[in-house]
Amino acid sequence: MDVLAFYAFAAIAVIASLLVIGQGNPMHSVMLLIVSFGALAGLYVLLDAPFTAVTQIIVYAGAIMVLFLFVVMLLNVPREEPAPPGVSTLLGPTGMRIGAVLSLLLAGEMLWALGRIGIGWFSQGVTAASVSSVALIGSGIFTRHAFAFEATSVLILVAMLGAVVLARREHF
Amino acid sequence: MVPLNYYLVLSGLLFAIGTAGVFLRRNLITVLLSIEIMLNAVNLTFVAVGRYRGSVDGQIITFFVMTVAAAEAAVGLALIIALFRHRETLNPDAFTALKW
Repeated sequence: MDVLAFYAFAAIAVIASLLVIGQGNPMHSVMLLIVSFGALAGLYVLLDAPFTAVTQIIVYAGAIMVLFLFVVMLLNVPREEPAPPGVSTLLGPTGMRIGAVLSLLLAGEMLWALGRIGIGWFSQGVTAASVSSVALIGSGIFTRHAFAFEATSVLILVAMLGAVVLARREHF
Repeated sequence: MVPLNYYLVLSGLLFAIGTAGVFLRRNLITVLLSIEIMLNAVNLTFVAVGRYRGSVDGQIITFFVMTVAAAEAAVGLALIIALFRHRETLNPDAFTALKW
């Protein structure tokens, strides 16, 4: 049952992600990415992480993707432009081929490495209760990781200011 | 329970797909979406390894990664809007000059 659910969610995530980068229309890409994030939330539930799954849905599929949709609609560029002729041989089809080879190489390398390592150093039979408790996550964030939490709040503030300043028109 | 390796392989595949998107696409918005795919692949690794170690630290760092992703998306999209105002295009090849 677990394995079946894993395969189903994994297939949805991989296929949706492939379609995201295969789409010409950014609007469809954003919609498919939401599907992919939903499948990842399902995987988090399988991993006994309901809090992370809900955060994934609310923050990622909800907030961040709506931001993307907003910009896609604002700019209204439905089609990707074809490569202008004679920009540079590196950016033309040859560059695309180099990119495809590099990413395939990365995938092959990671699969090879994961096939070789043994992961017997993980204790088996960890109970689900020790990782699925929201209280444990909260106390971890606000005690051991309090500095990172505060730094994150400063980061958000800077990002907010930066976004406002960057997107502002220079001449009112 | 599904072995940890399955999750790691899936995460590696998603990361490679994100990398391919960054390399292959000629649309700034799709490039940002590919970066989100890569961040999510890493999140999956954190949560899976945390689950198999029996610690909540994986979920905590996922929380921080999501915050950074939100900040990155906000600033990145603001940059895209600013760039689009100047050039009326989303093609990254159009933004090769350091100054205009």
